[in-house]
Amino acid sequence: MRIYIVRRLALLPLMIFAVSLITFSLGHYGPGDPVRVMMGNKYDPAAAERVRSELGLNRPFYVQYGEYMWGFVQGDFGESFRYVGQPVRELIIPKMWVSAQLSIAAMIISLGVGLPLGFHIAHKQGSWQDPAAVTIALVLMSIPIMVTVPALLWIGCLKTDILPSCAGWGGFFDLRIVVPAITMGVPGIAGMTRLMRASTLDVLGQDFIRTAHSKGLGPITVDRRHVLRNASIPIVTILAFSLAGLIGGSFITERIMGIPGIGQFAVESIFNRDYPVIMAITLIGAIAFVLANLLADITYAFIDPRIRYR
Amino acid sequence: MSSLQALTEIADETQRRRRGHLSRATARLMRKKIAVVAVGVILIIYLSGILAAPISNYVTGYEYTDQDYTSLKEPPSLKHWAGTDRAGRDIFTRLIWGVQNTVILTAVGMLSGGLVIGVSLGLISGYIGGRVDDVIMRIGEIFASFPDILLVIIIAATLRPRLLEWVRWLEDHTAVDGLVRSGVVDYMVISLALVSFGWIGMARLVRGQILVLKETQYIESARAIGLSTPRILFRHLFPNAISPIVVTVSAGMGSMVGTEIVLSWLGLGIQPPRPSLGVMLLEGGSISVLQVMPWLLIAPGVVAWLMVLAWNLLGDALNDVLNPRTR
Repeated sequence: MRIYIVRRLALLPLMIFAVSLITFSLGHYGPGDPVRVMMGNKYDPAAAERVRSELGLNRPFYVQYGEYMWGFVQGDFGESFRYVGQPVRELIIPKMWVSAQLSIAAMIISLGVGLPLGFHIAHKQGSWQDPAAVTIALVLMSIPIMVTVPALLWIGCLKTDILPSCAGWGGFFDLRIVVPAITMGVPGIAGMTRLMRASTLDVLGQDFIRTAHSKGLGPITVDRRHVLRNASIPIVTILAFSLAGLIGGSFITERIMGIPGIGQFAVESIFNRDYPVIMAITLIGAIAFVLANLLADITYAFIDPRIRYR
Repeated sequence: MSSLQALTEIADETQRRRRGHLSRATARLMRKKIAVVAVGVILIIYLSGILAAPISNYVTGYEYTDQDYTSLKEPPSLKHWAGTDRAGRDIFTRLIWGVQNTVILTAVGMLSGGLVIGVSLGLISGYIGGRVDDVIMRIGEIFASFPDILLVIIIAATLRPRLLEWVRWLEDHTAVDGLVRSGVVDYMVISLALVSFGWIGMARLVRGQILVLKETQYIESARAIGLSTPRILFRHLFPNAISPIVVTVSAGMGSMVGTEIVLSWLGLGIQPPRPSLGVMLLEGGSISVLQVMPWLLIAPGVVAWLMVLAWNLLGDALNDVLNPRTR
């Protein structure tokens, strides 16, 4: 187990190197000049040249890349091109926090509805409830976000007075979180329901459940002590996994709602050719993905002693 | 030698008989009402997308750029089935042209990325194993670790101008003309962006299947009689791994449709004046528009929703039919 973790962690630098190299070269060799975007209509070749040498953009590729990565390893993500003088780290951390809160709210909805529903319909296999629940979840999941947000805002904001104001962001305990949380959370219900259903069905078919029933345990005790515990194992993996998605946010929802989250900022930075910001967000995302992946594997082995990694 | 040939033929013949599995699955699928409806919806939407040109010529009678200043912002009527927008353009005509883009892009993306690259790499990775397997899977992990669809957006945003340069150069230096106007570049950019992501899941899935299958006796015997590796891969292993591939393609098409719509919604996809579902959703997607002209959002919204939903439902039904564990 320990060797397995070490080996996986040893791969991390390699992954970061590859991801950073791809992103950096896409930015570097891709067209679009950050200086031009930065100066807008006041573009002037001489001034642009000066800015370029100030930012070090006229140096060879490997020098720029090397310098960036050296800083990154030390926790210095450089300065934004677009917001001149502002360190990338201070720009993105508050935005990541906003997105994380939003994702947590969305996850509460996905899990809160999906898990009980999946557990319930697994017991009703063969009845109409089973396909109906999955179908309804899929119907809700397939609605494009670009439709959900305006429709929900229209209902909550114009037709009724449920929401104090339409768009914007006021933190986790502000009512305005409701619309984006529903928008981002409801699509996840389908996946959670199916996962929980499959995993519960798997457990229900096992011998030890029959044993538990035959030794006279009540159905509720069997469900709580035997079925639920074993059926939750795959769910924990998914939870560990979605931790990585927490900081990602949803740029569509954030964009429409005007929420200052990281997803929206990432897309904006791509359009602005703000390479330091793009690099930082991509790299942090990739690292979080790898670590969450590893965390999922480890939790899996802890919960289910039958799993052995070599 | 002749006995070897006979053995080869027997091996291939057994393989051919096994195809019965798929036709039996199709029969089971057709007994599911939801699956039949989903297939019907997919057929209708895809056909109307493919036949966009004849439909707009003979049925609706409008081009997607035709502006009718006598009927601006009109709600749906017999004349304009899905209403008109601010410029008096027929929404229904624009919809079927937008669907055509989505149809072409998702089909190309899935065929090249998911099926050709994904399945081949998965087969090779699983069957050959060792160093080759390691390299392919590590590359897949690198691509998979890019946050969400950020990589797709980066690729789409950085590649377009460069590709546009190349195509312009091509037009200037050869007799080829009209490429830029035809929107080829847009198609290339989005396909590339979709492909870069599309193959990973499929490759992993196929690899997992092959790892199990290659230990079976019939593969051992195929190897024993000296069949070539490509033959074993594509005639013997691939047909037996096809069930999960079909399920993944169907469910994957849904998310590919979604990604394509998001890209054009961001302005990275098909460029105006060519209509696309994403741009139409963007134009109709604010509360102020929803209040005055709800059909601008409802029409493309319903089409996009039906497309994604039909693929998802079909994928779900296929999973029930083809996956013996949940049957």
